[in-house]
Amino acid sequence: MSLIENNTEQCGNSLTRELTQNPLKKIWVPSSRNGLPDRHISQKKVCMTNCPTLIVTVGLPARGKTYISKKLTRYLNWIDVPTKEFNVGQYRRECVKIYKSFEFFRPDNEEGLKIRKQCALAALNDVRQFLTDEGGQVAVFDATNTTRERRDTIIRFAEQNGFKVFFVESVCEDPDVIAENIVQVKLGSPDYTHCNTEEAVADFMKRIKCYENSYQPLDEELDRDLSFIKIIDVGRRYLVNRVQDHIQSRIVYYLMNIHITPRSIYLCRHGESDLNIKGRIGGDSGLSARGKKYAETLGQFIQSQNIHELKVWTSQMKRTIQTAEAVGVPYEQWKALNEIDAGVCEELMYEEIQQRYPLEFALRDQDKYRYRYPKGESYEDLVQRLEPVIMELERQENVLVICHQAVMRCLLAYFLDKTAEELPYLKCPLHTVLKLTPVAYGCKVESIDLKVEAVNTHRDRPTNVNVHRTTEDALQTVPSHL
Amino acid sequence: MPRELTQNRIQKIWIPSKDDKPSMPRAPRGGPHLANPPTVIVMVGLPARGKTYMSRKLTRYLNWIGIPTKVFNVGEYRREAVKHYSSYDFFKSDNEDAVKIRQQCALAALRDVKNYLTEEDGQVAVFDATNTTRDRRDMILEFGAENGFKIFFIESVCEDPNVIACNILEVKVSCPDYQDCNKTDAMEDFKKRIECYRMNYQPLDPDQYDRSLSFIKVIDVGRRFLVNRIQDHIQSRIVYYLMNIHVQPRSIYLCRHGESQHNLQGRLGGDSGLSTRGRKFAGALAKFVEEQNLKDLKVWTSQLKRSIQTAEALNVPYEQWKALNEIDAGVCEEMTYEEVRERFPEEFSLRDQDKYYYRYPSGESYQDLVQRVEPVIMEMERQENVLVICHQAVIRCLLAYFLDKSADEMPYLKCPLHTVLKLTPVAYGCKVESISLNVEAVNTHRERPEEVKRGPSTLIRRNSVTPLTSHEPFKKPRIDGLDEPIIREVMPAQLALCSASHTTLALSTQNLKKCCIECHEAPQLCL
Repeated sequence: MSLIENNTEQCGNSLTRELTQNPLKKIWVPSSRNGLPDRHISQKKVCMTNCPTLIVTVGLPARGKTYISKKLTRYLNWIDVPTKEFNVGQYRRECVKIYKSFEFFRPDNEEGLKIRKQCALAALNDVRQFLTDEGGQVAVFDATNTTRERRDTIIRFAEQNGFKVFFVESVCEDPDVIAENIVQVKLGSPDYTHCNTEEAVADFMKRIKCYENSYQPLDEELDRDLSFIKIIDVGRRYLVNRVQDHIQSRIVYYLMNIHITPRSIYLCRHGESDLNIKGRIGGDSGLSARGKKYAETLGQFIQSQNIHELKVWTSQMKRTIQTAEAVGVPYEQWKALNEIDAGVCEELMYEEIQQRYPLEFALRDQDKYRYRYPKGESYEDLVQRLEPVIMELERQENVLVICHQAVMRCLLAYFLDKTAEELPYLKCPLHTVLKLTPVAYGCKVESIDLKVEAVNTHRDRPTNVNVHRTTEDALQTVPSHL
Repeated sequence: MPRELTQNRIQKIWIPSKDDKPSMPRAPRGGPHLANPPTVIVMVGLPARGKTYMSRKLTRYLNWIGIPTKVFNVGEYRREAVKHYSSYDFFKSDNEDAVKIRQQCALAALRDVKNYLTEEDGQVAVFDATNTTRDRRDMILEFGAENGFKIFFIESVCEDPNVIACNILEVKVSCPDYQDCNKTDAMEDFKKRIECYRMNYQPLDPDQYDRSLSFIKVIDVGRRFLVNRIQDHIQSRIVYYLMNIHVQPRSIYLCRHGESQHNLQGRLGGDSGLSTRGRKFAGALAKFVEEQNLKDLKVWTSQLKRSIQTAEALNVPYEQWKALNEIDAGVCEEMTYEEVRERFPEEFSLRDQDKYYYRYPSGESYQDLVQRVEPVIMEMERQENVLVICHQAVIRCLLAYFLDKSADEMPYLKCPLHTVLKLTPVAYGCKVESISLNVEAVNTHRERPEEVKRGPSTLIRRNSVTPLTSHEPFKKPRIDGLDEPIIREVMPAQLALCSASHTTLALSTQNLKKCCIECHEAPQLCL
């Protein structure tokens, strides 16, 4: 015999707040007596930091500071920490429309010094605005910051504004690495549009020299009270000092896992599945005949690419594993790569979802990134789930990831720096491989259609997302199926 | 021709059928192959620098995330060989006999390391000794090269006299070496012991001699780290872990949500609210927390209504973690156990066969839970005082991490409703106090069924090994004269939580019933 209670919530205590479930995210929040949600409670997965953080790069030119700044910014934004980079060089280019030569950077060029200082201050001002007024949580101040004096200015600025400071210094004396950096990102800089390669390289080397004499690297003793990471020789060695909080710990972990060895990442979905053909979402079905054909073709494609030491990853769902089996190389299964859990909507067609859960269907169209299926997941949840996969992708070299539509969108958004709004609508058709190759500050994408027909599973955002819309409006963008 | 796939019935993992030759390695853990060649972690540092502390904590963590790891403490081998410790003279570098014995002990330990990594499916071995000279480290590097093991050094450097004195008091003066001494004498002798090592100490040198080695230098208990040449994923995880742990005194409180409507009906999972008694518990919890008078308590809940309702009663800010949600019972969600047995009899029986690896159809396993909950553990290591209000399976996972329980024991840990577990780190382990808040609730614990009970020898993992220098087949007390064996296997029942929830309701009249259980960890080990 079980005890069954009557269902009314009795708050004996008038101080206890009622909970209501946010209809979009399915998060329980306390509502005050008039039924409106109270703001009091934090719903973030983990409190990253109590106050905004200012990341300050340090290092001679061509040491990878901007590369690190951009990559770190992309990563932090992807894990939902609003971050922005502020590159002082860009402010300088705004100010001094035409770059003449390295002479601008000479330490005895007073005019130059004045302008450069103004630019730094302008950038700091924008930093303050971003962190205080615009809801930013992390700002990356990307400049050489090679003198202790400059760094002290920044520290004072941060103290005045209640920001934490974390320095990221890159130290490298390998001439090959520096030369490669110059070729990759300096030659194409706006500063050198009018020069040929040799002139540009010569000028840039002299520019570096201007900084070298006054360079005061972060010092274990003198700077022992500062929080920083010193990256030596592109990650061969790290010196980490006084990590203060969670976000700094995550930043350090990220920086220690990235590398710059050339490699390619191949992303694709499983072959067309039986449920795909029927227009049903989720489930754990096997490949259709065309899906199997795709798997074979994929195998041939991979062979033809002659990829050095390729790692192959799949989810734990049958359709991705079947696809990998045809490629014929060892693969690893990750549960974290499983498709988004559609909860009560698993294995339904969109038409059925509209029929049974019209409200849910509309809410999803209103905010597809944050929308969580009842008893299922949201894209936001997916990102959190996929973070270890991203971390391991950063560590690896050549990898082929065979996954699913929503998962692939999340991974792609990370590599291509797409916003939360764009992410759920990225086009990732079946039977198409995306080859990502890091280049300069970003990622080159090649889309390779393996020419095996498949249904289209992409559903665009319909025009009408109102909860009272007609069925016709709701189903406006549903792709055709059996 | 691509091979046929079948789904493993317990883990619900798709694998190529048995008839075909499995030419590819399966990764049952659903994660990357973490350490293909085995890894030997080599501790480096003067005595009382926290090497054994880090060894054991790291080993506990690695085992919990599914990487078979074991500690090999050379001091233990030395205590086997030299039955009675007389004084620090043993450690003088000119004491030839002693030097020979110590060398033999190191070699014996390395032999056991090799055996563990090659014959016993170990993946990581932690070689816990001072390893303060280049000679010794070169010997270990050779050993690694001969056997195809990766070598990763962890050096602890600290010159803060307060920290060192504190370490000596916590774990050295009560060490078997000093059982016949008073505290002051022990402290004195130990300090001289440290000096014996200091003269020949050659720290890792990242700039020259050791620049091609893989290592982390932990300086001043984590104020600073120097990391050199991380080779692979496991080393990267180890470094991340070491950078997140701290030694500040603090307490961790674990409890489940108050009794829920589903609990009353004997239903699994779901997202129901608290029952009346559950609400009463929430109130009692609030009072309890207040009485603990903690500075800066962080409160974490899952995203399920029942845990949030419980936290609400505390009237303090809390954070919701989806990662703390109860195990997903998939198609069995919201059923009673009877309904599961009726509708899915095979699943019901499979779960009892291997409750750790068993995954509900379209749901999760305890193994999945561990992976899901790992970031919570990492953040708990960073934090100080934390109260986690979660669920039965989740709390079992967390508890298994803190109390070093094996995968086999984890799903049967007793975590009754309306009981708070207070964990306090002490010495090399964790003190547990179980505090029943004396509010009645149903019992939701299912014992391991009789028919499938297994002998204690399988799957109970020992993290530090008995030296195999003697030929005895059975584990024996390592130190003559001590009554208790060093490693006590604590059966789940022994985690004697004195809540009255599963007995009937003859409760004591006290408001709180406290029950202190000593840490199950082995007594302090030292070199």
